[in-house]
Amino acid sequence: MVNEDANRVSEDSQETERIERIWQRLESIPDPELPFLNVVELGMVPRVFMESGEPIVEVMPTYTGCPATDVILQDVRNLLAKIEPLGQVRLVLTPPWTTDVLTEATKEKMRAHGIAPPEGGQADRAFLLGKNRQVACPRCRSWETSLVSAFGSTACKAHYRCNACQEPFDHFKCI
Amino acid sequence: MTVTQEQHFAFLLHLGDDALVLGQRLGAWCGHGPILEEDIALTNLALDCIGQARTLLTRAGQVEGQGRTEDDLAYLREERAFRNHLLVELPNGDFGDTLMRHLLYSTFAYHRMVHFAGQTFDQPLAEIAARAVKELAYHKAHAADWVIRLGDGTRESHDRVQSSLLRLWPYTGELFLPHPVDAAAAEVGLLPPAPVLQAAWDAEINPVLEAATLTRPADGWMHRGGKDGVHTEHMGYLLAEMQSIARSHPGATW
Repeated sequence: MVNEDANRVSEDSQETERIERIWQRLESIPDPELPFLNVVELGMVPRVFMESGEPIVEVMPTYTGCPATDVILQDVRNLLAKIEPLGQVRLVLTPPWTTDVLTEATKEKMRAHGIAPPEGGQADRAFLLGKNRQVACPRCRSWETSLVSAFGSTACKAHYRCNACQEPFDHFKCI
Repeated sequence: MTVTQEQHFAFLLHLGDDALVLGQRLGAWCGHGPILEEDIALTNLALDCIGQARTLLTRAGQVEGQGRTEDDLAYLREERAFRNHLLVELPNGDFGDTLMRHLLYSTFAYHRMVHFAGQTFDQPLAEIAARAVKELAYHKAHAADWVIRLGDGTRESHDRVQSSLLRLWPYTGELFLPHPVDAAAAEVGLLPPAPVLQAAWDAEINPVLEAATLTRPADGWMHRGGKDGVHTEHMGYLLAEMQSIARSHPGATW
Protein backbone atom coordinates (compact mmCIF):
# COMPACT_ATOMS: atom_id res chain seq x y z
CA MET A 1 0.00 0.00 0.00
CA VAL A 2 2.63 2.43 1.05
CA ASN A 3 4.60 1.76 -2.11
CA GLU A 4 1.54 2.17 -4.32
CA ASP A 5 0.78 5.52 -2.73
CA ALA A 6 4.35 6.61 -3.20
CA ASN A 7 4.19 5.59 -6.89
CA ARG A 8 0.95 7.46 -7.29
CA VAL A 9 2.44 10.62 -5.80
CA SER A 10 5.50 10.44 -8.02
CA GLU A 11 3.29 9.86 -11.09
CA ASP A 12 1.21 12.87 -10.15
CA SER A 13 4.24 15.06 -9.71
CA GLN A 14 5.61 13.84 -13.03
CA GLU A 15 2.37 14.77 -14.75
CA THR A 16 2.39 18.16 -13.08
CA GLU A 17 5.92 18.71 -14.36
CA ARG A 18 4.95 17.76 -17.91
CA ILE A 19 2.01 20.12 -17.83
CA GLU A 20 4.17 22.88 -16.39
CA ARG A 21 6.73 22.35 -19.17
CA ILE A 22 4.01 22.66 -21.83
CA TRP A 23 2.76 25.91 -20.29
CA GLN A 24 6.31 27.30 -20.30
CA ARG A 25 6.92 26.36 -23.92
CA LEU A 26 3.54 27.75 -25.01
CA GLU A 27 4.80 31.15 -23.91
CA SER A 28 7.22 31.03 -26.84
CA ILE A 29 4.35 30.95 -29.37
CA PRO A 30 3.49 34.48 -30.45
CA ASP A 31 0.26 35.70 -31.98
CA PRO A 32 1.19 36.32 -35.65
CA GLU A 33 -0.63 39.68 -35.65
CA LEU A 34 0.52 40.79 -32.18
CA PRO A 35 4.00 39.23 -32.01
CA PHE A 36 4.82 40.88 -28.66
CA LEU A 37 2.06 38.80 -27.03
CA ASN A 38 2.04 35.03 -26.69
CA VAL A 39 -0.94 32.71 -26.89
CA VAL A 40 -1.04 32.24 -23.11
CA GLU A 41 -1.17 35.99 -22.46
CA LEU A 42 -4.03 36.28 -24.96
CA GLY A 43 -5.98 33.62 -23.10
CA MET A 44 -6.11 31.39 -26.17
CA VAL A 45 -5.10 28.29 -24.17
CA PRO A 46 -7.83 27.79 -21.58
CA ARG A 47 -6.54 24.46 -20.24
CA VAL A 48 -3.69 21.95 -20.38
CA PHE A 49 -4.48 18.65 -18.67
CA MET A 50 -3.71 14.95 -18.72
CA GLU A 51 -6.08 12.41 -20.21
CA SER A 52 -5.16 8.70 -20.05
CA GLY A 53 -1.56 9.62 -19.35
CA GLU A 54 -1.15 12.04 -22.28
CA PRO A 55 -1.51 15.81 -22.32
CA ILE A 56 -4.39 17.64 -23.99
CA VAL A 57 -3.88 21.29 -24.95
CA GLU A 58 -7.06 23.27 -25.53
CA VAL A 59 -6.90 26.13 -28.01
CA MET A 60 -9.63 28.74 -28.19
CA PRO A 61 -9.88 31.05 -31.22
CA THR A 62 -10.62 34.71 -30.62
CA TYR A 63 -12.76 35.77 -33.62
CA THR A 64 -14.54 33.09 -35.65
CA GLY A 65 -12.97 34.26 -38.87
CA CYS A 66 -9.53 35.24 -37.57
CA PRO A 67 -6.98 33.94 -40.10
CA ALA A 68 -4.34 33.78 -37.36
CA THR A 69 -6.20 30.89 -35.70
CA ASP A 70 -4.95 28.35 -38.26
CA VAL A 71 -1.36 29.54 -37.85
CA ILE A 72 -1.59 29.38 -34.05
CA LEU A 73 -3.13 25.91 -34.12
CA GLN A 74 -0.32 24.70 -36.35
CA ASP A 75 2.30 26.29 -34.11
CA VAL A 76 0.84 24.57 -31.04
CA ARG A 77 0.68 21.23 -32.88
CA ASN A 78 4.31 21.60 -33.97
CA LEU A 79 5.39 22.41 -30.42
CA LEU A 80 3.52 19.45 -28.98
CA ALA A 81 4.90 17.10 -31.64
CA LYS A 82 8.37 18.07 -30.45
CA ILE A 83 7.94 17.75 -26.69
CA GLU A 84 4.87 15.48 -26.26
CA PRO A 85 4.46 13.40 -29.44
CA LEU A 86 1.37 11.61 -28.09
CA GLY A 87 -0.31 14.77 -26.84
CA GLN A 88 -3.31 16.25 -28.58
CA VAL A 89 -4.48 19.73 -29.50
CA ARG A 90 -8.19 20.32 -29.11
CA LEU A 91 -10.11 23.28 -30.51
CA VAL A 92 -12.72 24.55 -28.05
CA LEU A 93 -15.37 27.23 -28.61
CA THR A 94 -17.05 27.39 -25.20
CA PRO A 95 -17.20 29.59 -23.26
CA PRO A 96 -16.62 32.11 -26.07
CA TRP A 97 -13.37 34.00 -25.90
CA THR A 98 -13.64 37.45 -24.40
CA THR A 99 -11.25 40.33 -23.84
CA ASP A 100 -12.11 40.00 -20.13
CA VAL A 101 -9.38 37.33 -19.88
CA LEU A 102 -6.62 39.86 -20.63
CA THR A 103 -4.65 40.75 -17.51
CA GLU A 104 -3.50 44.25 -16.62
CA ALA A 105 0.09 43.22 -17.43
CA THR A 106 -0.98 42.13 -20.93
CA LYS A 107 -2.86 45.39 -21.41
CA GLU A 108 0.23 47.33 -20.36
CA LYS A 109 2.24 45.47 -23.01
CA MET A 110 -0.33 46.52 -25.59
CA ARG A 111 -0.02 50.16 -24.55
CA ALA A 112 3.77 49.91 -24.78
CA HIS A 113 3.31 48.78 -28.40
CA GLY A 114 0.96 51.59 -29.33
CA ILE A 115 -2.29 49.65 -29.03
CA ALA A 116 -5.04 50.87 -26.73
CA PRO A 117 -6.28 47.83 -24.79
CA PRO A 118 -9.97 47.03 -24.24
CA GLU A 119 -11.43 48.95 -21.31
CA GLY A 120 -14.02 47.57 -18.93
CA GLY A 121 -15.82 44.26 -19.12
CA GLN A 122 -17.63 42.95 -22.18
CA ALA A 123 -20.73 42.53 -20.04
CA ASP A 124 -20.87 46.31 -19.94
CA ARG A 125 -22.70 47.20 -23.15
CA ALA A 126 -21.49 50.78 -22.95
CA PHE A 127 -17.97 49.57 -23.61
CA LEU A 128 -19.02 47.10 -26.29
CA LEU A 129 -21.01 49.41 -28.50
CA GLY A 130 -22.18 52.40 -26.50
CA LYS A 131 -21.95 55.97 -27.61
CA ASN A 132 -19.82 56.88 -24.60
CA ARG A 133 -17.04 54.50 -25.45
CA GLN A 134 -13.87 56.18 -24.18
CA VAL A 135 -10.46 55.07 -25.25
CA ALA A 136 -7.23 56.59 -23.98
CA CYS A 137 -4.36 57.26 -26.38
CA PRO A 138 -1.66 54.64 -25.74
CA ARG A 139 1.07 57.23 -26.42
CA CYS A 140 0.11 60.40 -24.56
CA ARG A 141 -2.70 58.86 -22.44
CA SER A 142 -5.12 61.60 -23.42
CA TRP A 143 -8.84 60.76 -23.40
CA GLU A 144 -9.41 63.22 -26.25
CA THR A 145 -9.61 60.55 -28.94
CA SER A 146 -12.00 59.79 -31.78
CA LEU A 147 -13.02 56.68 -33.65
CA VAL A 148 -11.87 56.64 -37.28
CA SER A 149 -13.20 53.20 -38.16
CA ALA A 150 -14.77 50.44 -36.09
CA PHE A 151 -12.77 47.93 -38.10
CA GLY A 152 -9.00 48.20 -38.06
CA SER A 153 -6.02 46.32 -39.43
CA THR A 154 -7.22 43.01 -37.97
CA ALA A 155 -10.60 41.62 -36.87
CA CYS A 156 -9.80 42.36 -33.24
CA LYS A 157 -8.91 46.04 -33.62
CA ALA A 158 -10.60 49.38 -34.30
CA HIS A 159 -8.84 52.41 -35.73
CA TYR A 160 -8.61 55.57 -33.57
CA ARG A 161 -7.00 59.00 -33.69
CA CYS A 162 -5.72 61.01 -30.75
CA ASN A 163 -6.92 64.61 -30.88
CA ALA A 164 -4.22 65.70 -28.40
CA CYS A 165 -1.04 64.29 -29.94
CA GLN A 166 -2.57 63.74 -33.42
CA GLU A 167 -1.24 60.18 -33.61
CA PRO A 168 -3.35 57.43 -35.15
CA PHE A 169 -3.52 54.22 -33.13
CA ASP A 170 -5.18 50.81 -32.95
CA HIS A 171 -7.68 49.94 -30.22
CA PHE A 172 -8.11 46.29 -29.25
CA LYS A 173 -11.88 45.94 -29.31
CA CYS A 174 -13.84 44.77 -26.33
CA ILE A 175 -15.73 41.54 -27.06
CA MET B 1 -42.21 17.44 -31.78
CA THR B 2 -39.13 16.39 -33.63
CA VAL B 3 -37.06 17.51 -36.54
CA THR B 4 -35.71 14.94 -38.98
CA GLN B 5 -32.00 14.70 -39.61
CA GLU B 6 -32.68 15.88 -43.15
CA GLN B 7 -34.54 18.97 -41.91
CA HIS B 8 -31.85 19.70 -39.33
CA PHE B 9 -29.19 19.50 -42.06
CA ALA B 10 -31.25 21.70 -44.41
CA PHE B 11 -31.66 24.26 -41.66
CA LEU B 12 -27.93 24.43 -40.89
CA LEU B 13 -27.12 24.54 -44.59
CA HIS B 14 -29.40 27.52 -44.94
CA LEU B 15 -27.57 29.32 -42.10
CA GLY B 16 -24.14 28.48 -43.49
CA ASP B 17 -25.11 29.53 -47.01
CA ASP B 18 -26.38 32.92 -45.81
CA ALA B 19 -23.00 33.62 -44.20
CA LEU B 20 -20.97 32.18 -47.07
CA VAL B 21 -22.72 34.01 -49.90
CA LEU B 22 -22.71 37.34 -48.07
CA GLY B 23 -19.04 36.84 -47.19
CA GLN B 24 -18.27 36.24 -50.88
CA ARG B 25 -20.17 39.40 -51.87
CA LEU B 26 -18.46 41.57 -49.23
CA GLY B 27 -15.05 40.16 -50.07
CA ALA B 28 -15.40 41.62 -53.56
CA TRP B 29 -15.07 45.09 -51.98
CA CYS B 30 -11.44 44.37 -51.11
CA GLY B 31 -9.42 47.08 -52.82
CA HIS B 32 -12.56 48.92 -54.00
CA GLY B 33 -13.82 50.63 -50.84
CA PRO B 34 -14.59 54.36 -51.16
CA ILE B 35 -12.01 55.17 -48.48
CA LEU B 36 -9.24 53.08 -46.95
CA GLU B 37 -10.95 52.66 -43.57
CA GLU B 38 -14.15 51.39 -45.15
CA ASP B 39 -12.27 49.11 -47.51
CA ILE B 40 -10.74 47.51 -44.41
CA ALA B 41 -14.07 47.49 -42.57
CA LEU B 42 -15.87 45.73 -45.43
CA THR B 43 -13.22 43.06 -45.69
CA ASN B 44 -13.35 42.58 -41.91
CA LEU B 45 -17.10 42.06 -42.20
CA ALA B 46 -16.44 39.57 -45.01
CA LEU B 47 -13.93 37.74 -42.84
CA ASP B 48 -16.44 37.37 -40.01
CA CYS B 49 -19.07 36.05 -42.42
CA ILE B 50 -16.70 33.52 -43.95
CA GLY B 51 -15.52 32.44 -40.49
CA GLN B 52 -19.13 31.90 -39.43
CA ALA B 53 -19.86 30.05 -42.69
CA ARG B 54 -16.95 27.69 -42.07
CA THR B 55 -18.16 26.68 -38.61
CA LEU B 56 -21.82 26.45 -39.70
CA LEU B 57 -21.09 24.36 -42.81
CA THR B 58 -18.79 22.10 -40.79
CA ARG B 59 -21.65 21.60 -38.33
CA ALA B 60 -24.07 20.96 -41.21
CA GLY B 61 -21.71 18.28 -42.57
CA GLN B 62 -21.58 16.61 -39.14
CA VAL B 63 -25.37 16.49 -38.91
CA GLU B 64 -25.68 15.14 -42.45
CA GLY B 65 -23.26 12.35 -41.53
CA GLN B 66 -22.04 11.72 -45.10
CA GLY B 67 -18.52 12.91 -44.43
CA ARG B 68 -18.89 16.17 -46.37
CA THR B 69 -16.57 18.95 -45.17
CA GLU B 70 -17.04 22.72 -45.19
CA ASP B 71 -15.12 22.83 -48.49
CA ASP B 72 -17.23 20.10 -50.10
CA LEU B 73 -20.37 22.01 -49.19
CA ALA B 74 -19.04 25.41 -50.25
CA TYR B 75 -17.34 24.46 -53.50
CA LEU B 76 -18.98 21.33 -54.82
CA ARG B 77 -22.67 22.12 -54.80
CA GLU B 78 -24.70 23.42 -57.73
CA GLU B 79 -26.75 26.61 -57.59
CA ARG B 80 -30.00 24.74 -56.89
CA ALA B 81 -28.49 23.15 -53.78
CA PHE B 82 -27.75 26.52 -52.14
CA ARG B 83 -30.29 27.59 -49.52
CA ASN B 84 -29.40 31.23 -48.74
CA HIS B 85 -31.85 34.13 -48.68
CA LEU B 86 -32.03 36.00 -51.98
CA LEU B 87 -31.12 39.26 -50.18
CA VAL B 88 -27.52 38.21 -49.55
CA GLU B 89 -26.80 37.19 -53.15
CA LEU B 90 -27.85 40.52 -54.67
CA PRO B 91 -25.03 42.43 -56.36
CA ASN B 92 -23.07 44.86 -54.18
CA GLY B 93 -24.17 47.93 -56.15
CA ASP B 94 -22.69 51.11 -54.72
CA PHE B 95 -21.42 51.59 -51.16
CA GLY B 96 -24.88 52.67 -49.97
CA ASP B 97 -26.53 49.57 -51.49
CA THR B 98 -24.02 47.31 -49.72
CA LEU B 99 -24.40 49.00 -46.34
CA MET B 100 -28.20 49.08 -46.61
CA ARG B 101 -28.24 45.38 -47.47
CA HIS B 102 -25.92 44.79 -44.53
CA LEU B 103 -28.16 46.71 -42.15
CA LEU B 104 -31.27 44.78 -43.24
CA TYR B 105 -29.55 41.41 -43.13
CA SER B 106 -27.21 41.70 -40.13
CA THR B 107 -29.96 43.05 -37.86
CA PHE B 108 -31.98 39.95 -38.76
CA ALA B 109 -28.95 37.65 -38.44
CA TYR B 110 -28.07 39.14 -35.05
CA HIS B 111 -31.47 38.40 -33.50
CA ARG B 112 -31.55 34.93 -35.03
CA MET B 113 -28.06 34.27 -33.64
CA VAL B 114 -29.05 35.50 -30.15
CA HIS B 115 -31.75 32.84 -30.18
CA PHE B 116 -29.35 30.13 -31.35
CA ALA B 117 -26.99 30.99 -28.51
CA GLY B 118 -29.77 30.37 -25.99
CA GLN B 119 -31.39 27.21 -27.41
CA THR B 120 -30.48 23.73 -26.20
CA PHE B 121 -31.59 21.55 -29.13
CA ASP B 122 -28.27 21.89 -30.97
CA GLN B 123 -25.44 22.53 -28.51
CA PRO B 124 -22.62 22.97 -31.07
CA LEU B 125 -24.77 25.57 -32.85
CA ALA B 126 -25.24 27.36 -29.51
CA GLU B 127 -21.44 27.49 -29.10
CA ILE B 128 -20.92 28.85 -32.62
CA ALA B 129 -23.65 31.42 -32.03
CA ALA B 130 -22.30 32.66 -28.69
CA ARG B 131 -19.22 33.89 -30.56
CA ALA B 132 -21.00 35.10 -33.68
CA VAL B 133 -23.45 37.25 -31.69
CA LYS B 134 -20.62 39.55 -30.56
CA GLU B 135 -19.35 39.88 -34.12
CA LEU B 136 -22.80 40.60 -35.54
CA ALA B 137 -23.39 43.25 -32.86
CA TYR B 138 -20.53 45.20 -34.45
CA HIS B 139 -21.89 44.53 -37.95
CA LYS B 140 -25.32 45.98 -37.37
CA ALA B 141 -23.96 48.96 -35.46
CA HIS B 142 -21.51 49.76 -38.26
CA ALA B 143 -24.17 49.40 -40.96
CA ALA B 144 -26.62 51.56 -38.96
CA ASP B 145 -23.97 54.28 -38.52
CA TRP B 146 -23.43 54.48 -42.26
CA VAL B 147 -27.09 54.31 -43.26
CA ILE B 148 -27.77 57.23 -40.91
CA ARG B 149 -24.77 59.16 -42.20
CA LEU B 150 -25.78 58.65 -45.83
CA GLY B 151 -29.53 59.09 -45.32
CA ASP B 152 -29.13 62.20 -43.20
CA GLY B 153 -26.27 63.48 -45.37
CA THR B 154 -26.47 65.38 -48.63
CA ARG B 155 -29.45 65.35 -50.97
CA GLU B 156 -27.46 63.11 -53.31
CA SER B 157 -26.55 60.57 -50.61
CA HIS B 158 -30.07 60.67 -49.19
CA ASP B 159 -31.72 59.99 -52.54
CA ARG B 160 -29.32 57.24 -53.44
CA VAL B 161 -29.65 55.35 -50.18
CA GLN B 162 -33.44 55.79 -50.24
CA SER B 163 -33.46 54.12 -53.64
CA SER B 164 -31.21 51.35 -52.26
CA LEU B 165 -33.85 50.76 -49.61
CA LEU B 166 -36.62 50.66 -52.23
CA ARG B 167 -34.74 48.15 -54.37
CA LEU B 168 -33.80 45.88 -51.46
CA TRP B 169 -37.09 46.00 -49.57
CA PRO B 170 -38.91 43.36 -51.68
CA TYR B 171 -36.18 40.91 -50.63
CA THR B 172 -36.70 41.42 -46.88
CA GLY B 173 -40.01 39.53 -46.79
CA GLU B 174 -38.26 36.21 -47.32
CA LEU B 175 -36.49 36.64 -43.97
CA PHE B 176 -39.81 36.18 -42.19
CA LEU B 177 -42.03 34.22 -44.61
CA PRO B 178 -42.96 30.78 -43.30
CA HIS B 179 -41.04 27.85 -44.77
CA PRO B 180 -41.36 24.11 -43.95
CA VAL B 181 -37.73 23.84 -42.78
CA ASP B 182 -38.13 26.87 -40.51
CA ALA B 183 -41.43 25.57 -39.17
CA ALA B 184 -39.80 22.26 -38.19
CA ALA B 185 -36.91 24.14 -36.58
CA ALA B 186 -39.31 26.40 -34.68
CA GLU B 187 -41.17 23.38 -33.30
CA VAL B 188 -38.07 22.07 -31.54
CA GLY B 189 -37.02 25.51 -30.36
CA LEU B 190 -34.21 26.05 -32.88
CA LEU B 191 -35.87 29.18 -34.24
CA PRO B 192 -38.11 31.74 -32.59
CA PRO B 193 -41.54 32.15 -34.24
CA ALA B 194 -41.23 34.40 -37.30
CA PRO B 195 -43.45 37.19 -35.84
CA VAL B 196 -41.17 37.42 -32.77
CA LEU B 197 -38.10 37.70 -34.97
CA GLN B 198 -39.80 40.27 -37.18
CA ALA B 199 -40.88 42.36 -34.18
CA ALA B 200 -37.27 42.47 -32.91
CA TRP B 201 -36.09 43.43 -36.40
CA ASP B 202 -38.72 46.15 -36.82
CA ALA B 203 -37.89 47.57 -33.39
CA GLU B 204 -34.30 48.17 -34.53
CA ILE B 205 -34.74 48.98 -38.21
CA ASN B 206 -37.48 51.59 -37.77
CA PRO B 207 -35.51 53.97 -35.50
CA VAL B 208 -32.44 53.69 -37.77
CA LEU B 209 -34.49 54.58 -40.86
CA GLU B 210 -36.09 57.43 -38.96
CA ALA B 211 -32.74 58.81 -37.80
CA ALA B 212 -31.54 58.48 -41.39
CA THR B 213 -34.59 60.49 -42.57
CA LEU B 214 -35.52 57.60 -44.85
CA THR B 215 -39.03 56.41 -45.64
CA ARG B 216 -39.77 52.78 -44.88
CA PRO B 217 -41.32 51.30 -48.04
CA ALA B 218 -44.76 49.73 -47.89
CA ASP B 219 -44.78 45.93 -47.78
CA GLY B 220 -45.89 44.71 -51.20
CA TRP B 221 -44.82 41.81 -53.38
CA MET B 222 -41.95 39.95 -51.75
CA HIS B 223 -39.46 37.80 -53.63
CA ARG B 224 -38.80 34.32 -52.33
CA GLY B 225 -37.14 31.10 -53.41
CA GLY B 226 -33.65 31.07 -51.91
CA LYS B 227 -34.59 28.55 -49.24
CA ASP B 228 -35.83 26.21 -51.99
CA GLY B 229 -32.78 26.70 -54.17
CA VAL B 230 -34.54 28.97 -56.65
CA HIS B 231 -32.18 31.92 -56.94
CA THR B 232 -31.89 35.24 -58.74
CA GLU B 233 -29.97 35.43 -62.01
CA HIS B 234 -27.00 36.81 -60.07
CA MET B 235 -26.32 33.64 -58.11
CA GLY B 236 -24.81 31.58 -60.93
CA TYR B 237 -22.16 34.20 -61.63
CA LEU B 238 -21.30 34.47 -57.94
CA LEU B 239 -20.81 30.71 -57.65
CA ALA B 240 -18.87 30.50 -60.90
CA GLU B 241 -16.33 32.90 -59.44
CA MET B 242 -16.32 31.46 -55.91
CA GLN B 243 -15.99 27.85 -57.04
CA SER B 244 -13.70 28.23 -60.06
CA ILE B 245 -10.41 27.34 -58.35
CA ALA B 246 -11.85 24.36 -56.47
CA ARG B 247 -13.44 23.05 -59.67
CA SER B 248 -10.38 23.65 -61.85
CA HIS B 249 -8.12 21.84 -59.40
CA PRO B 250 -10.24 19.14 -57.76
CA GLY B 251 -8.94 18.07 -54.38
CA ALA B 252 -6.22 20.74 -54.28
CA THR B 253 -5.07 21.92 -50.86
CA TRP B 254 -2.80 24.73 -49.75
